[in-house]
Amino acid sequence: MLVLWTDALIYLLLLASLLLVWYLASQRHLRRPLASLTASPVAMACLTLLLGFAGIGLLDSIHFKDQQSRSNEVISLLDKGCDAMRHHGEKTYSAPFAAYAYGKETITRADGSSYWDYPRLQYGAAHLDDPEQQWLGDVAQKAGLALVQSGLVVVLLAGLLIKIGPRQLWQSASAKAVWLTLLLMVCTGYSLWILSEDYHVLGTDKVGEDVFYQALKSIRTGLVIGCLTTLVMLPLAVLFGILAGFFKGWIDDLIQFIYTTLNSIPSVLLIAASILMVQVYMANHGEDFNNLLVRADMRLLFLCLILGVTSWTGLCRLLRAETLKLREMEYVLAAQTLGVKPAMILFRHILPNVMHIVLISVVLDFSSLVLAEAALSYINIGVDPTTHSWGNMINSARLEMAREPLVWWPLTAAFGFMFALVLAANLFADKVRDAFDPRSNQND
Amino acid sequence: MMQYIIRRLLYAVPLLMAVNVLTFVLFFVVNSPDDMARMQLGQKRVSEQAIANWKHQHGYDLPLLLNDQQTGFKQISETIFYQKSVNLFWFDFGISDSGRNIGADIQQRMWPSLVLALPSLLVGLLVNITLALLIVLFRNSRFELMANVALVMLMSISSLFYIIAGQFLIARLLRWVPISGYDSGWAASKFLILPVMISVLAGIGSGVRWYRSLFLEEVEKDYVRTARAKGLNETQVMFGHVLKNAMIPILTGVVVVLPLLFMGSLIMESFFSIPGLGSYTIDAINRQDFAIVRSMVFLGSVLYIFGLLLTDISYTLVDPRVRLN
Repeated sequence: MLVLWTDALIYLLLLASLLLVWYLASQRHLRRPLASLTASPVAMACLTLLLGFAGIGLLDSIHFKDQQSRSNEVISLLDKGCDAMRHHGEKTYSAPFAAYAYGKETITRADGSSYWDYPRLQYGAAHLDDPEQQWLGDVAQKAGLALVQSGLVVVLLAGLLIKIGPRQLWQSASAKAVWLTLLLMVCTGYSLWILSEDYHVLGTDKVGEDVFYQALKSIRTGLVIGCLTTLVMLPLAVLFGILAGFFKGWIDDLIQFIYTTLNSIPSVLLIAASILMVQVYMANHGEDFNNLLVRADMRLLFLCLILGVTSWTGLCRLLRAETLKLREMEYVLAAQTLGVKPAMILFRHILPNVMHIVLISVVLDFSSLVLAEAALSYINIGVDPTTHSWGNMINSARLEMAREPLVWWPLTAAFGFMFALVLAANLFADKVRDAFDPRSNQND
Repeated sequence: MMQYIIRRLLYAVPLLMAVNVLTFVLFFVVNSPDDMARMQLGQKRVSEQAIANWKHQHGYDLPLLLNDQQTGFKQISETIFYQKSVNLFWFDFGISDSGRNIGADIQQRMWPSLVLALPSLLVGLLVNITLALLIVLFRNSRFELMANVALVMLMSISSLFYIIAGQFLIARLLRWVPISGYDSGWAASKFLILPVMISVLAGIGSGVRWYRSLFLEEVEKDYVRTARAKGLNETQVMFGHVLKNAMIPILTGVVVVLPLLFMGSLIMESFFSIPGLGSYTIDAINRQDFAIVRSMVFLGSVLYIFGLLLTDISYTLVDPRVRLN
C-alpha cells in the first residue's frame, strides 16, 4: 500500500462527507429539505450516477506496488481490475471494436512475399479467425451473457433489500429511479468491462493505449479537481466570510480588500503564472520529484490549491452578505445581550444558518471545476501531461480531426464521460438548491 | 459625483499596489531569476557565465529590493522591483524575454481581440435575453420544462466541444467559412462569424438560466401584479415592466466585463488563430515568457478594477435608489 498526497486528501474528504451526511441527517430543521431531495427521482438518479463515478475514483485512489511487474510499478486497484486493457496496447490508432489497424502497412506473408493492407491488431478481436463473419455474433454473445449476469445480480440484490427493507425502498418513484439507474450503470459497465478483455471497446489512441481505460482513469482526476478544490476553498471562504460579516469595521475592510485584490487578477492568468512558477521550481529541484507519479500527483494537488485560492472569493462574498443580514436577527441580538461570547455566537447561531449557502455553492462549483480542467489542460496549464485526464485526452486528439478517415473515438469518449458526470452534477445541484434554498421553498 | 469618482479611483491605488506586490512575490521571490535563467536556457548544466549573461540581457542582474551600490534615489530605482514592477504603473511593460516591446505588441493585438469579443458579447446578450424572456413568458408549461432540460444539457457540454464540433461541421464538412485565420478590415468578418456563433452558443446554457432567474424574481413582485390588474397583457407586462427593471442588474453585469473585452478569450483566439491578446498570452505561457505573463496579469487587474469603477458609476446613473455614499 502506498499513499499519495491526493489519496490521503481523498480519504480525508470521504471522512468529511460522511460526517456531513451524519450531521445533516441528525439536524431536525434539515429533515424537510432532505426529504424533498430524496423524494425527487431526478436527484436520486443523478446521485446514484455520481456515486458510481465516485466509486471508480475511489478504486483508483488505492495505490500499491505491483508485485508481478519487475519494475516495481505503482498501480491502483482500478489498474488491477483493468489488467487486460492496460496490457493490450496496440501500435497506434484503431477504431472501437476493430479487428484491423487504422492505417495500412506492409505485411509479410509466411512465404516471404509482402503486400500492402490493413494489418490485424495484436489484441483487438485477435481470437477470431474471420473477424468480418464472426464479429457480430461474438460481441452479441459476450455482451448478452454479461448483461444477463449483471442484471441478475442487481435484481437479486433489489429483491433481497425489498424483502428485508422498508417499503420505501421499492414503492416511491425515487427508489424506482435509483434501481433503474443502478441497473443501467452496472449492466453497461460490466458488459463493457467483459468485452474489453478481447476488444478495444472505445478504440485505441495514437500510441495504442486503450481509450476506455484512459477515460476510466480520468474519472479520478476530474473528481479530485472538483472535490479537493472545495476542500481548499471552504475553510478560507467560510472563515473570512462570516468574520467579515459579523465583526464589520476594519476586519471587514481588510477581508474585502484581500478578495477584491485576488478577484481583480484574471483567474486564468493567476493559474498560469502559478503553474509556470511550479514548473520552474520542479525543474530546478528535480531530485525531489524523480518519481513520475509523485511529480504528477504534486502538480495535480497544486492545481487544486491554486484553483481553490482563485475560487473562494465568490462564496466568501455571499457568506459575508448573509452574515450581515443574520447578525441583526433577534436571536443573535438576544444571544449578545445575554453575554454569549462572539466565538460562540458565530459557531452556534451564524454558522448553521449559512450552511445551506455553503452546500449549494459547493455542489454548483463542482461541475464548473470539472469543465475548467479540460480548458486548462488545453492551454497547457492544467494537470501534468502524463496524468490521465479528459482535458489531456481532448488536447492530444483534437488535431486528429483533420485526418482522413476521421479519428473520432478519443474525443467522443472524453466528451461523453465528461458530459455524463457534469450533467449529473448539474441536475443534482439544481435539486439541492431547490430543496435547501429557503427562497425557492416560499415560492412553492 | 466627481468626489465619489475620485474616492473610488483612490481606492483602486492600494488594490493595484497589492496586485503588483503579489505578482512580484510570485515571479521573483518564489523562484529566483537564476532559476528562471536555468529554465529558459533549458539545460541541467548551465555555466554560471551563461546565467549571468542571460540575466544581464533581460535586466534581471539587479538586487531585488535595495541596491547598496548606488546612492540616493537610485538605491531604489536600480532594483528588479522598481524596474519590473513599479514601471508597470505607467504602463511601461518593458521588453519580453524574447526581446520584443510588450507595450507595442499589446497595442497592436488588442484590436483583433475586441473585434471578436464585442460582437460575441452583444449577440450573446440579445440571444440570451430573448430566450429568457420567452421562457418566462411561457412559464409553468411543457415548453418551460423542455427548455430547462435543454439549458442544463447545453450548460453541461464542455466549451471545447462546441469549438471542435463547430469547426469540424461548419468549416470542414460544409465549408461555409474558413477554419481559422484573420485578415485586416472587413475581410476579417468571414473569419469571425464562426467564433462569434460558437461563443454565443457556448454561453446560452448558463446565460439564459441567469437572466431567467432575474426575470422570475421580478415577475413575483407587487408592481407586476398591479400592472396585470390594470389590464395590461402579459407581453406588455414583460417588456414594459419586467424587462425594464431587470435591466439594472443586466446592465451592470455587462459594464463590469466591458474593459476586460480587450483581453480577449484565450481558447477561442488560439483555436481560430486570431492574433489578439488571448493568443498572445497563450503563446507567452507556452514559451514560458515571464515578462509577458506578468504584464498581462497587471493589465488584466487594471481593466477589472476599471470595470468595477464603471459598474459603481453606472449603478448610480441607472438606479435612482442608489445614493453616492
